[in-house]
Amino acid sequence: MNGTGLPFRFSISLFPAALVLLLAEGIAVPVIAAPPSVESPMTPIESPVADTTSNRKAAVWSTVSKASVTVGPSAKQEATRSKFFSQGNWPAPVNDQERRLFTLIDVLDYRPRIGGGQGHDDYRWDVEGWYGGDYNRLWFKSEGQRDTAFKADYDVDVQLLYGRFIQKHYDLQIGGRVETQSFKGRNVTRGLGVIGIEGLVPYNYEFESALFIDQGGAVSARLSFTKDLLLTQRLIFQARFETNAAVQRVERFTTGSGLNNLEFGVRLRYEIQREFAPYFGISLDKSFGETATLVREDGGNPSQVRFVLGVRAWF
Amino acid sequence: MKRLLVHILARACPALALHLLNLISRTRQTDSDSISRGLLLNCVAALALLASSELLVPAHALASTTINPGSQTALSGDVIDLTISEQSFHLDGRTAPAITINGTIPGPVIRLKEGQLATLRVTNRLEESSSIHWHGLLLPPTVDGVPGVSFAGIKSGETFTYRFPVKQSGTYWFHSHSGGQELLGMYAPMIIDPIEPEPFRYEREYVVMLSDWSFESPETLFSNLKKQGGYYNFQKRTAGEFLTDVRRMGFWASIKNYLMWDRMRMDPTDFADVTGYTFTYLMNGLSPAGNWTGLFRPGERVRLRLINAASMTFYDVRIPGLTMTVVQVDGQNVQPVVVDELRMGVAETYDVIVEPIEDHAYTIFAETMDRSGYARGTLAPRAGMEAAIPQRRPRPLRTMEDMGMSMEGMDMGGLKDSHGGMTMPGLATAGDMASMKPSDDNPHREHMQQGSGTLPVQGMHEMPAMDAGDHGRLKIPSAEPVKHGPDDHGPGNQMVAEYSQNRMGEPGRGLEGSGRRVLLYADLKSLVPDPDQRKPEREIELHLTGQMNRYMWSFDGKKYSEAKEPIHFQYGERVRLTFVNDTMMEHPLHLHGMWMYLENGAGAYLPRKHTVVVKPAERLSVSVTADALGPWAFHCHLLFHMDAGMFRIVEVSEP
Repeated sequence: MNGTGLPFRFSISLFPAALVLLLAEGIAVPVIAAPPSVESPMTPIESPVADTTSNRKAAVWSTVSKASVTVGPSAKQEATRSKFFSQGNWPAPVNDQERRLFTLIDVLDYRPRIGGGQGHDDYRWDVEGWYGGDYNRLWFKSEGQRDTAFKADYDVDVQLLYGRFIQKHYDLQIGGRVETQSFKGRNVTRGLGVIGIEGLVPYNYEFESALFIDQGGAVSARLSFTKDLLLTQRLIFQARFETNAAVQRVERFTTGSGLNNLEFGVRLRYEIQREFAPYFGISLDKSFGETATLVREDGGNPSQVRFVLGVRAWF
Repeated sequence: MKRLLVHILARACPALALHLLNLISRTRQTDSDSISRGLLLNCVAALALLASSELLVPAHALASTTINPGSQTALSGDVIDLTISEQSFHLDGRTAPAITINGTIPGPVIRLKEGQLATLRVTNRLEESSSIHWHGLLLPPTVDGVPGVSFAGIKSGETFTYRFPVKQSGTYWFHSHSGGQELLGMYAPMIIDPIEPEPFRYEREYVVMLSDWSFESPETLFSNLKKQGGYYNFQKRTAGEFLTDVRRMGFWASIKNYLMWDRMRMDPTDFADVTGYTFTYLMNGLSPAGNWTGLFRPGERVRLRLINAASMTFYDVRIPGLTMTVVQVDGQNVQPVVVDELRMGVAETYDVIVEPIEDHAYTIFAETMDRSGYARGTLAPRAGMEAAIPQRRPRPLRTMEDMGMSMEGMDMGGLKDSHGGMTMPGLATAGDMASMKPSDDNPHREHMQQGSGTLPVQGMHEMPAMDAGDHGRLKIPSAEPVKHGPDDHGPGNQMVAEYSQNRMGEPGRGLEGSGRRVLLYADLKSLVPDPDQRKPEREIELHLTGQMNRYMWSFDGKKYSEAKEPIHFQYGERVRLTFVNDTMMEHPLHLHGMWMYLENGAGAYLPRKHTVVVKPAERLSVSVTADALGPWAFHCHLLFHMDAGMFRIVEVSEP
């Protein structure tokens, strides 16, 4: 079977299913978010279910109507006031619950083959984003790569998560992930449950962590950090670090138990606008232990240094 | 008595002239724009020849360089009609849709008389809802103009009639309270002439209205900030600055300092959320290139009615070569203070008197607090003149004091080296500063002094109109640092000021140690004793909170929509509001409907304000006499802080 293009079909066909599943989860989340583990004196107000616009208006309203009993500069104003009150359609004075859509194409790499005769130029992407307000967000993430010399011909994964801003700087994320790999024409797909934390740790490192359990009960984890250093206001040096680990060996996905891989990269981007920045850089990806053995058995090279060109963009 | 007579005479002439102008401006609605402008110009020329003492209206028309898009026409009388409509705004060769009052930016000057009954009919010609709020005016709650608090807003096509007795005098302004309309041009000055003669003299007056304009829509600005809090900050610390700092204060000291900020995930360069990257800063609707010009005769006393109508911008205003005598603040008479520079929080107004003696031009320089731009105009003896534009100073840096982290040496006395014990290295000590000669615009020196204690310097200033030792003896609430309680205000708040204290004796970050006399809140004293001399019966503590990375802003960690209860005042009570700023930004807090008496140690002469700036890590108290029943808006006047939720309703009700 020729694997070309298949991962995309997979991801596309799986996406709606995942979406439905996770939307349902998202709606259920106010329950999840409510337990006392939320160490916040603040009552969660912004949950999409509990707090409807009409409730909010009603709250503002009762405030005003109460005052109407006591305020009476003139009979005419009283009349005006009661006229207003009976209308019941005052807007909120500020719209602080607006929902937004944010998409960050953090990585869109083109990785030219340097030397070697193994054929393809490869590529990679890492996209994430959210829809929602300040506290509750529906997150979507997708990572994928074609890395013919390393692990898989294709490795695509899509996540849909409900995220709650649970602590200063951190979102707790719960949802699902679908992963599909193609290696030497062999295509495999699995679904995984996800629980993760994403945010900004001290010293301004962007931090993303997740624990995955696949349908067979295999547990794995991922951790990544990125750090920006400003050379100038627009020329930004970024260091990236990512590692994967697994408890069980899942041979189908070329995953051994223990530490799977470490990836370290640096890249230099120029923000033509805040939203759009071309970059170039170098990334080093190395497999370890069982995983390295599996990669080797499959004919891959467990240690790769790649030169990358790409674009970072958000909207 | 003689003075009074002179004064009345001096006023009579321009009053007539104004009346004439108003007649013309009434007809203007039917005339084409160019015709009315021509009339105005003729009239202006005539008036100038008449050597009239107060030329407010012609100011803009006299500016020869440009036809001012916001050519201001003073409206007065018992009934005033205003129309809100979308217009094209031309600025430095670009055009964009704007929302205007009566077709100009700023809108027309409204000139009322204390004691009159004002009727303002506002017609909304927009597709969307709108509103006008009369900023700083004491009026019935139904005509305060805040949609969702005082009324439903003015729907498209409707006319809303605001009618209220004018119970005060001074310089005010008015603006939309709906969405981002204010940023799109919906603001204008309001002058209320007092019944009693002014307690100061001047021969000429001008409104100087500062604002900010972006060709990006307010929605885009807000959305960008929500997605990336530092979107508009192009003055962050970079590798280059790090190297400079290493040279200046040593390698380890620099590393320590940079790591400290990084550890806290804070940006010490965050002085303005929206900057000169997108803003053009306007003076009376003109860009710096447009150079708004006010004419004077050498030797005249010129009253400048400074209004900060910006949506997001603090201005540091100075006129090189002139001192400014501050005579009114937020429309209220104060005991005169002579200064070289003053910082204007958003929505504040300051009336200053300047006396240009020389026969040359003076630049009115309004530099933004973050130094990313400036608004500029000129006072000149003849049209078409201009003076040198000062160099912008380097952007300042936040210090540990701004985070409320310094525990020792923060006392108000300023006797100690006020940053002693702090870990900010390599900064000039108070002694160094004292020995430095005040010279204009020495960027390097000012840069070095970032974060150093300011009080010793301020203490050296001469305050001619003030008994310097006086307010020191009176008790200022929170003169000593107060430790923050255990409540960290939840995820929507990034940090707390571990120690907060009153900072009204400081000029503010970026103005320290310049050698200039900078107006301090501690300098302000009402001209007359407050009518209500009661001590506050109770205190309400409000924490100013926020999360820059997500661009969340709130009180006590709760956005407006999260706050279940309004803030309750009992009718007739004297209540103290104590603001604790747990954020790293200055917030101009505005209370509608009632005065805030700034508790700055002025005893019986507390200055009263409608908008109070609270510095980072500051604990500042105001007293309020709850003499206005009804629901009132209370909010940060930075437009996007308000929209993000830094808003409350204050409800005054009968006990």
